[in-house]
Amino acid sequence: MKMGKLINEEGLRVDGRRVDELRPIKIEVGILKNADGSAYIEMGKNKIVVAVYGPKEVHPKHMSLPDKCLLRCRYHMSPFSTDVRKNPAPSRREIEISKVVKEALESALILYDYPRTAIEIYMEVLQSDGGSRCAAITAASVALSDAGINMRDLVVACAVGKADGMIILDPNDIEDKEGEADMPLAIMPNLNQLTLLQIEGKFTKEEFEKAFNLALEGCRKIHHIQKKALMLKYFGKVEE
Amino acid sequence: MHSKRSFIVEDLRKAQLANLLTQGKRLDGRSLLDYRDLKIETNLISKAEGSAKVSLGNTQAIAGVKVEIDEPFPDTPDQGILIVNAEILPLASPYAEPGPPDEEAIELARVVDRGIRASDMINLKNLCLIEGKKVYTIFVDVSILNVDGNLFDATSYAVVSSLLTTKIPKYEVKDGEIKQVDEKISLSFDTIPISVTLGKIGNTLIVDPDQEEEALMDARLTLAVDSDDNIVAGQKGGAGSFSYDEVIRATEIARLKGKEIRSKIKEVLGIG
Repeated sequence: MKMGKLINEEGLRVDGRRVDELRPIKIEVGILKNADGSAYIEMGKNKIVVAVYGPKEVHPKHMSLPDKCLLRCRYHMSPFSTDVRKNPAPSRREIEISKVVKEALESALILYDYPRTAIEIYMEVLQSDGGSRCAAITAASVALSDAGINMRDLVVACAVGKADGMIILDPNDIEDKEGEADMPLAIMPNLNQLTLLQIEGKFTKEEFEKAFNLALEGCRKIHHIQKKALMLKYFGKVEE
Repeated sequence: MHSKRSFIVEDLRKAQLANLLTQGKRLDGRSLLDYRDLKIETNLISKAEGSAKVSLGNTQAIAGVKVEIDEPFPDTPDQGILIVNAEILPLASPYAEPGPPDEEAIELARVVDRGIRASDMINLKNLCLIEGKKVYTIFVDVSILNVDGNLFDATSYAVVSSLLTTKIPKYEVKDGEIKQVDEKISLSFDTIPISVTLGKIGNTLIVDPDQEEEALMDARLTLAVDSDDNIVAGQKGGAGSFSYDEVIRATEIARLKGKEIRSKIKEVLGIG
């Protein structure tokens, strides 16, 4: 795969998608018995398990906050999740992602409802593809609502990228590596607020605005899948 | 950063700040889109191939460039290597502690690195001596000396200024061998990326938040802009959120302030 070969003459991408098409997504709710809330997501080749524990006692005790809940977040990739084995110790990338993902979800959580407690979110990437942090956020917000945590809105995330000079929705791992730019973002779709934004690579003014709007559109589509997954667990059926 | 004040005083201070902001003013007298005084000194570390100390108000960062000859990464055999790192020294603040970098220091280093790297400021292909065998590796290490908010921009300006004034040893390639010659050369630059950090307090956007504003603000957005007004890197931080209009406005502010700071840095460093 070389630059200039990510989009063919018919405007199709390496996996046959159009530029504004998402990969197939599957979300399941409540897949782990021990967790207070849990979710599983497949987005392209991404396979991610998320568990939420809490609100629970804070350890160590001195970390507890007198007026609100302490939110902890761990994004971790399994050693077998990548092409080359990943060292299981948390990398600098994983530590950074854990931080931005925590902040992306925190916007939606009403942490003042749970003073002196902790909520822990564990995201384990079993198989990685492009956009794993976005898939992890999307699944984590579903797991948080499965845990019955008070939230202002769901959080849904999606990335946009640039390949062969074209703005593309939801880049896969090849497009992520070979493409010119990548911009993951997360929103609260009912409140119309952005809770995560990362940019890497050149976007002109016009490209940025186009990419930004395409990502918002992608997020809104994924939001439907989140709601369907929750309805399936709690009402046993999905109304179209 | 943790404040020692009680929540009541903090809330009052936040209310005072929010009130001032609606009048377009800030606690230290700046207007919303004003940076603090930017001071840059270069070439103060003679053992480094390049160096710069940047003060942004009371935030201070020093960057040093060291150059080595290494093997290239296997996936980029025709490119040199650029590594940017940042550390918040324990002497920089009563809250900074020795030990491995925490998530804030890691985020700082990675965001600054991304801003420089994604801009293609340095054409890494120019740093290749023998493809697959010998390339220049440029290490830029930044130490934060004093913390007073907006470490992202201060660190980024220190990196940019140190790179712009770096002189690397020259090598001659003969019969597949390299030989150092008694000459130093400047790096060549395609663009100068400028980091612009915005804070959101209530519904107001400000640039270059100081430590007190950082403690009170809801969210942060750091954007890096290149010489052609492209957005090349960005990172949202903090527990709050931005409206979509605010994001677009932030990119406009970043282009505007980026231009301003770029010409200031060029002026101080005497670059045309």
